[in-house]
Amino acid sequence: MFSLEFMRNAFVASTFIAIISGIIGVFVSARNMSFLTHTLSEIGFAGASFGVFMSWPPLNGMLIFTMFSSVIIGRLSVKAARREAAISAISSLFIGLGILFLSLSNKSSSYATNILFGSIIGISRQNVQQVAWLSALVLFVIFVVYRNLKFDSFDAVGAQVKGLWTNTLSIVFLILLALSVSVAAQIVGSLLIFVLLTLPAACAKYFAHSVSGMMLIAVILALLGVWGGLALGYTTNWPVSFFIASLECLFYFIALAYNYSHQG
Amino acid sequence: MTDPILTVHDLSVAFPNQTVFKHLDFQLERGHFLSVVGENGIGKTTLMRTILQQLKPLSGEISFHPNRKTVHFGYVPQFRNLDREYPLSIRDFVSLNLSGWKLPWLSQQEHQQVHQILAQTGLLKIQKQPLGMASGGQKQRAYLAQALVERPDLLILDESTASLDNVMKYELLDLVKQIQQQQGLSVIFVTHDVPLAKQYADDFLLLKNGTYQFGPIAQLPVNDLQEADHV
Ligand SMILES: Nc1ncnc2c1ncn2[C@@H]1O[C@H](COP(=O)(O)OP(=O)(O)OP(=O)(O)O)[C@@H](O)[C@H]1O
Ligand SMILES: [Mg+2]
Repeated sequence: MFSLEFMRNAFVASTFIAIISGIIGVFVSARNMSFLTHTLSEIGFAGASFGVFMSWPPLNGMLIFTMFSSVIIGRLSVKAARREAAISAISSLFIGLGILFLSLSNKSSSYATNILFGSIIGISRQNVQQVAWLSALVLFVIFVVYRNLKFDSFDAVGAQVKGLWTNTLSIVFLILLALSVSVAAQIVGSLLIFVLLTLPAACAKYFAHSVSGMMLIAVILALLGVWGGLALGYTTNWPVSFFIASLECLFYFIALAYNYSHQG
Repeated sequence: MTDPILTVHDLSVAFPNQTVFKHLDFQLERGHFLSVVGENGIGKTTLMRTILQQLKPLSGEISFHPNRKTVHFGYVPQFRNLDREYPLSIRDFVSLNLSGWKLPWLSQQEHQQVHQILAQTGLLKIQKQPLGMASGGQKQRAYLAQALVERPDLLILDESTASLDNVMKYELLDLVKQIQQQQGLSVIFVTHDVPLAKQYADDFLLLKNGTYQFGPIAQLPVNDLQEADHV
């Protein structure tokens, strides 16, 4: 399977993606931001379509859209209690825009499928490099803000007492999330980002009780999912995203069952 | 001779739609235990948040001695909703407060700090348990440990005993009292429970509608809050 260049590329890219998804996912879960992650992925879809329309690489369109909107969403959610409704409205608008850009660009519908569901065939060396750089950036920022982000994510009330800069921190985190969403979409597509960013972390909290432990487990589960997905996709010729989604769901249900049986 | 850590002078605080209190004057001696009592909604939490500088006063002054920078706060807020699924262990929850621009992992010294406070608060045995699964009393002790882990000079407890049974209440406050005396900690304890306030405090601040009383704890009128005590 590694004799094919695109498989090698997909393997390296998905390894990076699994690592940052697992790590960011732990914070997404602690901050109750699964819903928002989903919205960002829909915005990412619009961005990718816009990229196609402008004849840019889809990842660039995605980055621009998700970064801008994360800052705007940050403003909204810092203030509003009616955040879910506002966010749903925004995501419908962006899905609509995505469809519009795609139809204006006159590209075949397989393009839409690739953006929505991911594609490993198209991953070039250059994509891999871009994914690697963006992942390194995300990891570096996490490293720098780690202690404060951890405090704010796992005990917002306590962190606020310290009077630090929790609003700034939320925005920094949203930008990191936007970056991760855009990067992860390269493999699983924008519809299934959810799968990598939320499920492994949701499992992890049943098995580990420290932030680093949860990160480790989430990264391992994400890696098993993408590697398994690539291998199964390669042997069966079925879509890789299908296998990734199924594996992560399987892990999740096992974790739930484990938790259930241990609570007695 | 007085050596206050905190002086509140002519303090008034208002929200856009209401004035919470006016012209408040009191001080907290270094190493003293001050109980703040008053009915629901009278403005106790608001006063604490103003002292912690989360709210801006309408007028008046809050000063720390020798200055603001030398006074570190520990605060146990009134509300904190951590559900059963809250994943962090008690130890990791307590360590959260060691924040700042530092390396992700704890230093040797920080590990010791955490260990020491867990030992002091009697949480060492259950330190690995998820906080979400802990009992109400254990949670309160974990909150206290988190507030104390960075060795604050001023500890503020907002109704930390409200959800505890009689035995637990005294256990928690004995603990606070012990640390207060050992380390010269200054404490502000917000409560409805007058007998409890009487037993532990050096001074009291009683907030009433439009007025207040401040003085040594022996002068705290016992009857004033009887009804509030039973709600
Ligand atoms: N953020 C806010 N905006 C507007 N009004 C507020 C705000 N916070 C509190 N209040 C009002 O200020 C008053 C004092 O509230 P506060 O929470 O300080 O009371 P409390 O003495 O702590 O009450 P309790 O004993 O119930 O904790 C109440 O009337 C409350 O409605
Ligand atoms: Mg209150």
